[in-house]
Amino acid sequence: MSEEKHHIVSYRTHAFVLLALLVLTGISVAITQLEMGPMNTLAAMIIAGIKAAIVLAWFMHLKFESRFFAFMVSAVVVVFLLVLLVTFFDYSYR
Amino acid sequence: MSEANNAHNVSYLEYKGQYKGLFAWIFSTDHKRIGLLYLYTMLLFFSVAAILGLLMKTQLIAPGYTIMGPQTYNSLFTLHGIIMIFIIVVPGLPAVFGNFFLPIMIGAKDVAFPKLNLLSWWFYIIGILIVLTSQFMGDGPPDTGWTFYAPYSFRTPTNVLPAVFGAFVMGFSSILTGINFVVTIHRMRAPGMTWFKMPLFPWTLYGTAWIQILATPVIGITLLLIIAERLMGIGIFDPALGGDPILYQHLFWIYSHPAVYIMILPGMGAISEIIPVFSRKTIFGYKAIVLSTMAIAFVGYFVWGHHMFTSGMSGRALYAFSFLTFLVAIPSAIKVFNWVSTMHRGSLHMQTPFYWAVSFIFVFMIGGLTGLVLGSLATNVHVHDTHFVVAHFHFIVFGGTGYAFMAALHYWFPKMFGRMYDMNWANLGWGIFFIGFNTLYLPMFYLGIMGMPRRYYDYLPDFHGGNIVSSLGAWVMVSGIVIIFANLIRSARHGEKTSDKNPWGGKTLEWQVDTPPTLENFEEIPTIVKGPYDYED
Repeated sequence: MSEEKHHIVSYRTHAFVLLALLVLTGISVAITQLEMGPMNTLAAMIIAGIKAAIVLAWFMHLKFESRFFAFMVSAVVVVFLLVLLVTFFDYSYR
Repeated sequence: MSEANNAHNVSYLEYKGQYKGLFAWIFSTDHKRIGLLYLYTMLLFFSVAAILGLLMKTQLIAPGYTIMGPQTYNSLFTLHGIIMIFIIVVPGLPAVFGNFFLPIMIGAKDVAFPKLNLLSWWFYIIGILIVLTSQFMGDGPPDTGWTFYAPYSFRTPTNVLPAVFGAFVMGFSSILTGINFVVTIHRMRAPGMTWFKMPLFPWTLYGTAWIQILATPVIGITLLLIIAERLMGIGIFDPALGGDPILYQHLFWIYSHPAVYIMILPGMGAISEIIPVFSRKTIFGYKAIVLSTMAIAFVGYFVWGHHMFTSGMSGRALYAFSFLTFLVAIPSAIKVFNWVSTMHRGSLHMQTPFYWAVSFIFVFMIGGLTGLVLGSLATNVHVHDTHFVVAHFHFIVFGGTGYAFMAALHYWFPKMFGRMYDMNWANLGWGIFFIGFNTLYLPMFYLGIMGMPRRYYDYLPDFHGGNIVSSLGAWVMVSGIVIIFANLIRSARHGEKTSDKNPWGGKTLEWQVDTPPTLENFEEIPTIVKGPYDYED
């Protein structure tokens, strides 16, 4: 729509985001070398979550959109976390 | 553009676009034509799957080999399930009536992304073609059931791969339709149509669309994992390789239970449109219906485990899923209360769509209440994987979505085709169908409680009586379907022409536009000042 403003992200910012994603990928690979039991999976999922948040915020412009979109994405994340929680009612007590 | 082919004064059926003949349909981005493409595809495949069901019931009319052996029976219930679930009821009302009426009901000229809408239909067709190849090549039709349970789905020599991949491709159609509807409803409502002035059918499409977007990717990934397990033996589900077959059941039902709400919510929306119109009364508890719709969509995500009570899940998970299952019954019951209260002291007009709507409430209540039997841990163990489950499932999905689909089709038919069907034949078809439906499925509750397992081509002589009644009911029900389809197909081509904008006395926007609608629906986008069911003035 014509009244909407389009935010332009600089190459410099994109480069930082790319660098952050590469560093986090490196960390998630390195962490597999540590013997932490089930915590390995948790750590990998937390890193993946941070990477997804960075992609959403900068590459997909969520950071520059109205709060409404952030709310909608957050609602989806909450549903996802609840599905995980309910699933672990089985796996944690089997 | 000539005046004779103007998007504002020529019906969408007569409008001449870039293409002619069949191409004018399969390459059309008009939401109404796309809705009809889905309708024709579904009616064709519904007929095929209904014949498969009839053959199965004929096999079960007596113990032992009647007309087919066990392998054929296994293949038939698999194909029957795949067609009915993935091709008919999951796309169901949103694909047909959502596409056709959502833009009109919210005062828009089309959906937000018309080309994406056409792409959705193409994904749907390509998925169907891939599924069909599973019947004619390799080592025979798949025999896993529509659930593709692990580990059997990667051990059976039959053609599981194309069936699974076809279902995966059809998932894209579902996701794209969901995205299209969410954006359309957010961005394209007519001026003045606030959220709480939006009709209830679009509301249910909105709740459904979110489920389509969020749940469908889960089944997509799960089906790909089945393919990977079958081709590469990755060991995620295969217990012989350290995998967990119960994980497959979790992932499958994380989608497939919300999918039941993809099937039923739009049906509830259509019923919420029909009942106030034929009661000439404002809907009772509009906001309660809206909130219960969203509550069903939300809570419906967390009840999938009730399909797995005997799978070996932890005890705590069993309690949690049983509790959540009972929770989801509450918003469903709220809707039934609202529909009945709308009819109370209304001016009831006994016409075909209304017959379908009230019979929907009747059969859906039977399905819902027997669902509570299955949601209770103690009783579930006894009737799990018996004909009780098959009866419950058909009362919900066929009795719910199927009846609502037929109610919607008879309700919106004159608007869609500009012709009226023969009301006497329509009523006769409904009556025969209703008798056949209950004769077919009610005995299956009894058979299930007595212990007859499902998915067996044979049974003990003790179950013979109930199966005879049930099989006869199948033939009666199919007779009703033949009458209904013959009447509608004949009427779509040769029925009495009508240009009456509002034959039923509806208040929503689709009854204010031309019959059949013009290409762009509205010459001028209306401004909404009143609620959608305002019968009080």
